[in-house]
Amino acid sequence: MLLIRCPYCEAERPEVEFTYAGEAHIARPADPSALSDDEWRDFLFIRTNPRGRHFERWRHMHGCGRFFNAVRDTVTDKFAMTYKAGTPRPGDEEIALASASAAADSAASVKDARP
Amino acid sequence: MSNFRIAGKGRVNRSRQLRFSFDGVDYTGCEGDTLASALLANGVHLVGRSFKYHRPRGILTAGSEEPNALVGSNRGNGRFEPNTRATVLEVFEGLKTESQNRWPSLTRDIGAVNDALYVLFSAGFYYKTFMWPKSFWDKVYEPVIRNAAGLGKAPTAPDPDTYASRFAHCDVLVVGGGAAGLAAALEAGRSGASVILCDEQSELGGSLLSEPTAEINGQLAWDWLEDANAALAAMPNVTVLPRTTAIGYYHQNFVGLCQRLTDHLRIVPDGAPRERMWKVRAKQVVLAQGAIEKPLVFAGNDRPGVMLAGAARTYLNRYGVKVGNRAVVVTSHDSAWHAAFDLAKAGVEVTAIVDVRGTVPTQLVTAADALRIRTLIGWTVTGTKGRLRVSSVRVNPVTAGGKVGGAETIACDALLMSGGWTPSIHLFSHTQGSLTWNEDGQMFLPGRGKEECRLAGAGKGRFGLKAAFEDGAAAGAAAAADAGFSTQPATYHVEGEPSFTGVTGRELPTDLDPGHAKAFVDFQNDVMAKDIRLAVREGFKSIEHIKRYTTNGMATDQGKLSNINGLAVASDALKRPIPAVGLTTFRPPYTPTSFGTFAGYNKGALFEVTRKTPIDGWAEENGAAFEPVSLWRRAWYFPQVGEDMHAAVARECKAVRASLGIFDASTLGKIEIVGPDAAEFMNRMYTNAWTKLAPGRCRYGLLLGEDGFIRDDGVIGRLAQDRFHVTTTTGGAARVLTMMEDYLQTEWPDLKVWLTSTTEQWSVIALQGPNARKLIEPFVEGIDLSDGAFPHMAVATGKIFGVPTRLFRVSFTGELGFEINVPARYGRAVWEKLFEAGQRFGITPYGTETMHVLRAEKGYIIVGQDTDGTLTPDDAGLAWAVGKTKPDFVGKRSLSRPDMLAANRKQLVGLLTSDPKTVLEEGAQIVLDPNQPVPMDMVGHVTSSYWSAELGRSIAFAVIQGGRSLQGKTVHVPMPDKVHAATITGMVFVDPENTRLSA
Repeated sequence: MLLIRCPYCEAERPEVEFTYAGEAHIARPADPSALSDDEWRDFLFIRTNPRGRHFERWRHMHGCGRFFNAVRDTVTDKFAMTYKAGTPRPGDEEIALASASAAADSAASVKDARP
Repeated sequence: MSNFRIAGKGRVNRSRQLRFSFDGVDYTGCEGDTLASALLANGVHLVGRSFKYHRPRGILTAGSEEPNALVGSNRGNGRFEPNTRATVLEVFEGLKTESQNRWPSLTRDIGAVNDALYVLFSAGFYYKTFMWPKSFWDKVYEPVIRNAAGLGKAPTAPDPDTYASRFAHCDVLVVGGGAAGLAAALEAGRSGASVILCDEQSELGGSLLSEPTAEINGQLAWDWLEDANAALAAMPNVTVLPRTTAIGYYHQNFVGLCQRLTDHLRIVPDGAPRERMWKVRAKQVVLAQGAIEKPLVFAGNDRPGVMLAGAARTYLNRYGVKVGNRAVVVTSHDSAWHAAFDLAKAGVEVTAIVDVRGTVPTQLVTAADALRIRTLIGWTVTGTKGRLRVSSVRVNPVTAGGKVGGAETIACDALLMSGGWTPSIHLFSHTQGSLTWNEDGQMFLPGRGKEECRLAGAGKGRFGLKAAFEDGAAAGAAAAADAGFSTQPATYHVEGEPSFTGVTGRELPTDLDPGHAKAFVDFQNDVMAKDIRLAVREGFKSIEHIKRYTTNGMATDQGKLSNINGLAVASDALKRPIPAVGLTTFRPPYTPTSFGTFAGYNKGALFEVTRKTPIDGWAEENGAAFEPVSLWRRAWYFPQVGEDMHAAVARECKAVRASLGIFDASTLGKIEIVGPDAAEFMNRMYTNAWTKLAPGRCRYGLLLGEDGFIRDDGVIGRLAQDRFHVTTTTGGAARVLTMMEDYLQTEWPDLKVWLTSTTEQWSVIALQGPNARKLIEPFVEGIDLSDGAFPHMAVATGKIFGVPTRLFRVSFTGELGFEINVPARYGRAVWEKLFEAGQRFGITPYGTETMHVLRAEKGYIIVGQDTDGTLTPDDAGLAWAVGKTKPDFVGKRSLSRPDMLAANRKQLVGLLTSDPKTVLEEGAQIVLDPNQPVPMDMVGHVTSSYWSAELGRSIAFAVIQGGRSLQGKTVHVPMPDKVHAATITGMVFVDPENTRLSA
């Protein structure tokens, strides 16, 4: 069972609290009627389905109820980072930085917890 | 009964003698015995029959990897378990056990004829031998073979035990309580980290339990162990879990532990769970699972009395049991020599040590000479004899060139073998950690890991006690450090440790035809070396295919003994090195785990939530039959004495149409949509136009997916300019709210709207029938109920019986109707008041079935029954509900995609059978021409079908290609009894002018 960090609750919670909500950064067109049939088809059905890094949406269903975005590796199942809905797609550097600081954070919080 | 217990040996408590039975014979064991050790102490080796060939089988191992000694165990009071491993089952007073897969008895088993017919059962026999004639498959081969092959019989009674589960978090989880695991846990414990140490056996110690003469830091092994146990017990930050198997290792250091709590007890304390599943999230994991001894592959290696040498040593040193009086050892590894020495010193006549290696450490030969044990270096074993127990072994010298010389036969009653040791890397493999082939040790070792995890000791190829202690201590200290704690690993000084070198090979060389050698690789699945070679000859190249074709490694022991031997044979047959052939994947659980442990508390009433409305209790007291609707339990109908469902529903329908019915509609999904942008949000979500809907009025709302297909519907009331009371289908409530939240949070976060689920805050009582207004008028305050002031599709707030209400004038029956929403806590009281006052109108409670019939008579659809996620509003005849002038709403763009405008789409229509008495089956297929050849061209199917008491005939809905243009045409519904003809009609069967609604 995965541990997922909710960017709104700012806490790691077990996977059972979350639901998956498909690929991220596919905005609903502002004026769908302006789209050709092919463009609308692509918006509705065409997804990247990558092997490796995937930008995707999750919802903290049994927590705060918020939708948020995540970067997850579809091969290892590891989350590189999560971020709030509406923030732009993070770049390579930001992702690398976030996963490194997450690792440091968890080590620091362990030390803080020492009696 | 002969006694094989040796005085002064072992850890079992001889002062506590326990009586138990096996196959109806009473035996005595000691406290601390497993069933296997207790049977061996009584001289019993034959414990079962093999899976396919029904060959007599004995106890092969002393651990959880046991493939042969599976028994049925009866702990009384309906507590029966098949396939219990005798090597794990702890003996208690009164334990009853039985052998499996034999008839009429273990010693005289008819099924053993399979052994003579073994040619029929070779690799892939299922796919070959029994394919012809085809008609024999169902009637002869399948039942007969199924019956003859197999393991224990599953109990038929429900499991009387309860099972627990628990979440736990720790800094360091140590799996395995042998030398490495103990050292790791002591280290991590001393650092102050929170530690869980689990071990599958009844006591900690692992191989130390079989090494009483080793000295650790100047202490004898068992004294050291006692101190270690005490030290761990004294640390409040350490949890020690014996009888606890780590069954699976999942993402982010989530490890499942199965703890066996009561199987070893004679009397189970009241309410005590049998097993507990620990779901542990550990910051760091140390795997110290040790190693598993490999059998050697030679003809007759499966006879009772043939046993792993390490197991024999464990039975001697830990249980004080000698496994025979006259033993021969055959080995490719030093460790078996030490078993021979221990047995010889305990008084067993060890006739010979056969070592297949060309050279062995000289100190072993010297020690053997001192004990007067004959040593046959560079010899091989080519066969065994003995029907139910090994009686002799056939040995041959092998020249340096590999030529097998003349045979010699040595009498024995125990043959102890060792083909070396396999590191137990199962849990590491669960994490998708990579494995690397170690050529020197001829074993797979852990490579790159994917989790915060370390291996220690024999589990990563560090064999020997000193290595295990030091490796474990280092791993424990490092794990603690990575979890934020610091410690200086202790040092260990070990004396009297046995040497530990050896080689691994394939089948032993033989002078006989290897094509006839019954040399077993997988004991439990009866796979022989020649089966694997046959699979390779037949073209199987991948080890995964060879495994499935031969079933090698597919038994309940999951290849713990057979995988590496099978791989060695396959590699030789394929003429490719072992790492190029590859290893099959280990998967959880590590050992067989009961379903009860996985289910835990989630059974019976706790299996799934049953949602009940505040009025449910009244329905139950008044004899309702219930049906599940999503997670709700809903009143289905209210049968009176002597009524079946048909009669009850007909009576309920008539009552509603003639006078008055009362229905619990509380399960309807309800969402409160509030805010300055509420109407705009509604406009974007639903197909309908909401801007002009006046407060105090309702509208039927239709919700599509972005793909244009119908997702949900419901009546929506506007209470104020900025407030909507949305209802959804019972099953769709959560889905609709999620969809709304998704759009609001991620697409239109600028909208000032708040969504709140109010499903459980309102009780909803539907009053339907011509007398509905007459009933409530005297009890309603603050609302003018006259048709002019409060017409169909109106909503108002007021009071009823003094209770605040949102009163809707709506109808799902076609009759004058009200839906009375009151705060949930008043639901039952208001219901009872209405029921009492309604007696003068013959008020009739009705259930979901009557509701379904009444709505169908009026042509009202049910989303999810009459629609299936492929119907557009137009397909369902609901084009009128789509706001044509709205620029956009969810799904609008899809409605103009070419496929959505196609002429021959399936459309929802009414259907009247030619025979009015025939009620079609829902889901039945529809064809235009019943005389066309099969397979027929199916043009649609029946979605709803009922008996209408009002009309005195059946009615139905169906989706049919181009259905609306076929009005009046006859279609045909082929059913098993006959083909039914039916006419396509409109969907409204009762009161098409809606005169009753506005009464």
